[in-house]
Amino acid sequence: MNLTLKIWRQKDSNAKGQMVDYKVTDISEHMSFLEMMDVLNEQLINAGEEPVAFDHDCREGICGMCSMYINGEAHGPDRGVTTCQLHMRMFKDGDTITIEPFRAAAFPVIKDLVVDRTAFDRIQHAGGYISVNTSGNTQDANAIPISKHAADEAMDAATCIGCGACVATCKNSSAMLFVGAKVSQYALLPQGQVEAADRVRNMVAQMDLEGFGNCTNTGACEIECPKGISLDNIARMNRELMKAQF
Amino acid sequence: MALDSKVPKGPLKDKWTDYKNHINLVNPANKRHIDVIVVGTGLAGGSAAATLAELGYNVKAFCYQDSPRRAHSIAAQGGINAAKNYQGDGDSTYRLFYDTVKGGDYRSREANVYRLAEVSANIIDQCVAQGVPFARDYGGLLDNRSFGGVLVSRTFYAKGQTGQQLLLGAYSAMNRQIARGKITMYNRHEMLDVVKIDGKARGIIARNLVTGEIERHSAHAVVIASGGYGNVYFLSTNAMGSNATAAWKIHKKGAYFANPCYTQIHPTCIPRSGDYQSKLTLMSESLRNDGRIWVPKNMEDVLAIREGRKKPTDLSEDERDYYLERRYPAFGNLVPRDVASRAAKERCDAGYGVNSTGEAVYLDFASAIERYGKEQAKIQNIENPSAQKIYDLGKSVVEAKYGNLFQMYEKIVDEDPYKTPMMIYPATHYTMGGIWVDYNLMTTVDGLYCIGEANFSDHGANRLGASALMQGLADGYFVLPYTIGDYLANDIRTGKIPTDTPEFDEAEKSVKDMIDFFINNKGQHSVDYYHKKLGKIMWDKCGMSRNEQGLKEAMAEIKALREDFWKNVKVPGNANEMNPELEKAARVADFLELGELFAKDALNRNESCGGHFREESVELDGEQKGEAKRNDKEYAYVAAWEYKGEPADAVLHKEELEFKDIELKQRSYK
Amino acid sequence: MSGFFKSSIGRKVAMALSAFFLMIFLLQHFAINLLSVFSGDIFNEVSHFMGTNWLIQFVMQPVLIFGVVFHFIMGFILEIKNKKAKGVAYAKNNGAANSTWVSRNMIYSGLVILAFILLHFIDFWFPEINTKYIQGDWSGVHEGVEGYRYFHELQEKFVNPARVAAYIVAFVFLALHLLHGFTSAFQSMGATAGRKKTLQNIGKAYSIIIPAGFIIIALYHHFNHIH
Repeated sequence: MNLTLKIWRQKDSNAKGQMVDYKVTDISEHMSFLEMMDVLNEQLINAGEEPVAFDHDCREGICGMCSMYINGEAHGPDRGVTTCQLHMRMFKDGDTITIEPFRAAAFPVIKDLVVDRTAFDRIQHAGGYISVNTSGNTQDANAIPISKHAADEAMDAATCIGCGACVATCKNSSAMLFVGAKVSQYALLPQGQVEAADRVRNMVAQMDLEGFGNCTNTGACEIECPKGISLDNIARMNRELMKAQF
Repeated sequence: MALDSKVPKGPLKDKWTDYKNHINLVNPANKRHIDVIVVGTGLAGGSAAATLAELGYNVKAFCYQDSPRRAHSIAAQGGINAAKNYQGDGDSTYRLFYDTVKGGDYRSREANVYRLAEVSANIIDQCVAQGVPFARDYGGLLDNRSFGGVLVSRTFYAKGQTGQQLLLGAYSAMNRQIARGKITMYNRHEMLDVVKIDGKARGIIARNLVTGEIERHSAHAVVIASGGYGNVYFLSTNAMGSNATAAWKIHKKGAYFANPCYTQIHPTCIPRSGDYQSKLTLMSESLRNDGRIWVPKNMEDVLAIREGRKKPTDLSEDERDYYLERRYPAFGNLVPRDVASRAAKERCDAGYGVNSTGEAVYLDFASAIERYGKEQAKIQNIENPSAQKIYDLGKSVVEAKYGNLFQMYEKIVDEDPYKTPMMIYPATHYTMGGIWVDYNLMTTVDGLYCIGEANFSDHGANRLGASALMQGLADGYFVLPYTIGDYLANDIRTGKIPTDTPEFDEAEKSVKDMIDFFINNKGQHSVDYYHKKLGKIMWDKCGMSRNEQGLKEAMAEIKALREDFWKNVKVPGNANEMNPELEKAARVADFLELGELFAKDALNRNESCGGHFREESVELDGEQKGEAKRNDKEYAYVAAWEYKGEPADAVLHKEELEFKDIELKQRSYK
Repeated sequence: MSGFFKSSIGRKVAMALSAFFLMIFLLQHFAINLLSVFSGDIFNEVSHFMGTNWLIQFVMQPVLIFGVVFHFIMGFILEIKNKKAKGVAYAKNNGAANSTWVSRNMIYSGLVILAFILLHFIDFWFPEINTKYIQGDWSGVHEGVEGYRYFHELQEKFVNPARVAAYIVAFVFLALHLLHGFTSAFQSMGATAGRKKTLQNIGKAYSIIIPAGFIIIALYHHFNHIH
């Protein structure tokens, strides 16, 4: 198929960017979206132009590195996938595809479609851990039974890949699905409950400091999340923060 | 230089304990004055950085990704082994040790493997304490599954995302230390050289991938945890950015490279669909527990399927060749990875591949669905269930077991694997070879350590499923933090290492020269052009089966390709900015050297062992006719290569492998 | 605790608490209005009680005003902050793909409601304040009107079809606002996953029945006024 691409180009974080049109031809429907981008870049390199910079790494939907806003949706129109798992069969010959970086004040553009998501790391530094030494001299792994239900729910929250689609999608650029997932994972496990109050306070404070917006419960993040992280995690975080006041 | 593995004396089971009791320690007040650089933040690097920081060292951690959480350990699906014996099925440290050595086809170092098995149980305790949500049973205790090549259930797992959960655990331990200021994290940085002062590793040169700035970082010791080199094949299940640069640069500075030819080709990956393919996706090995692998018996059917005139489901049982069941009646579809991969290649080379590229075989769940369906019907007391009912019941069982994998397959291939058999083909997955290290995990350069997939130590010629995660975390959490102290104990009076020395000047200059060359070369071909060509040579001639002639050709072709690369490569953009093409160019330059050493090593090792299959070394008669034949008399050694300029000139050093606690046997899966 | 209300989640909770208060008030207001359909006399009695009881006048009324003002001002503040958090807007954004129109446009439904409240104040509240506090007339009677004046005033307001139309538009927007706001407030307060379905159903019922009820009452008086 032949496609027109409208892509955000921006030289570096200080430069002013703009949308630029490109044409690609003979795209196979079996290609992944990023393979289509590879084709475009090969074409640009051969023509002596600068290729489009975009983040990607594992290309199997788990590292969370890829991050494009495609036709008005984070990771494109398919559900439950990252951009690297999006396939060209979702598009038709002659389509125009708009490709932008994830937008949020807390995710400044580094170049073209590459954004800086280290705000997420800083939130994790603030409390995304259990304060246990890595010496291995801890109690036996089976010393505290954990109900299967709690373990499964914690696992569901823990599957977050930190891609930032929630922030990109949210009209308020809120990071609450991301933070809620991490808070929930630990809140659901007995190991995490010891420092639950400090954790949620510190992580929320850092989240606010980073300039993420406020959740207005539109639920868009949950729909666009490639890992299906549930909105219930935000409710749980709210509960945890309220609990932490007393 | 003679290789000294520094394995402690004494009985196997006491070595590690005795060793720990007698090494030098660094007092906590002195640890504050010691810096350690860790390159790579996967399971090995992440856990090492966290633990070293927790002990009190100042750690500088580097990763090329935008966050340490994205290292490719995250993609490991199946699980992590540990000799916990929670299932009471006879598991023990010795058994895990034995299985690992046997699975590695007797090409690993006994003492290291035993230590790995010994600390494995601690890993699980540690991870649970960190909040890793392993799967549990209804009683609230940890659940286990079994994996290929072993007779016990010792694999702990977190759905199909065990690597992710373990990595996030190590990442959380890092976060705690970053918050305390004990780890300084350098995201989007790539190590481009190691700096040696007086024969000791004292720092690295790194490029800031955002600004392009070349930076000098000093430390009292350097730890390389940069993963494997599977991307030398271009197509592999590795991440796009996975590279051998850190490992190769230290090799060029004196660290020996061991057994580069030991590569694991994983049998169950989604096949290539065209030339544009950028990477391959693994489907967990666990699928082979229930899937049956086959190709059509008759060539007419193969052609009919390729041309779309027939569907695989149209073929009757008589028209199908379940070649693994046919060739290996004892193990059937559950033969080890290397055997399954070679058998698939054999069928496809004979022309029976079922997709348009001719490189795919079927993995069929129809009989599993039927078997489970009938089982469920019985459990639910359904009399004379209809075929549809059986299918529905069976499908739900299969869905519960492999749902996420089936969904992943459907997203990529656009076919419903519940209705039509999956297509799979082997792909490069893991590299057992790597930087040679002694018992302390130190390379042949003082103060330079190598851990995780980047080193060669524990898996021999073949790695068992769910053992990579175990090794990464064992090295990082429990082994390196001890052994490095023994070395650093001599450095407590050294003080901060300055970076304004001639050694740093020189290393920085060589890096800058290389970058300038790429930017100014203005050649004709993109980096990918060369990488793809290299990958094709590697796959065709150093792939699942290798022979003398092919390996010689490969060496010559890679050398020619490398020469052409240095003349005609084209890198757009500038040095002082984010430039993904420049990053790739530097990595491919190293792969172009590594690939040749790989072929040289494969040529040297004229035996078939584990993932390395030499067509010249097969059983000639008897029941095992045509199967791999190991040659313990001549090749029971680690091939450690010393860099001497051109890869072809590398000098071989042998570390003879001694097996005192295990009897060497030829593997049989018939 | 003061730190809590400065945090993003604290602000959400504050929004939700004020919303709960307003929803309860709305329910109460609706109940009294409903009386006017059945009996003008009872409506008058209750209205007079509400209008003259000191607890309601001097405690509840200021709280209500504070609640309304707080909900609006906080809503605006959050909207501005959230706009800023997005930074650069997308060239192409497909919001409909993942969220409802009402959830994305609470600020607009809120503004319509604000405009309506102003109208409502001009119609009822300012005259009440004028009568009671400026003229000092707490009798609740009006010359030429039999009994208390409240029912009479109510009916008079719904004579004008334009006002009725404005009333209907406002309550449609209120319904939209509530359709998202009701469950959103519970979500902000951390409602558990198990109660989600129930809350959604109650929310839907509340958001449709209450505004529809107000509209029906308005139409009833428009078509049934005595004058």
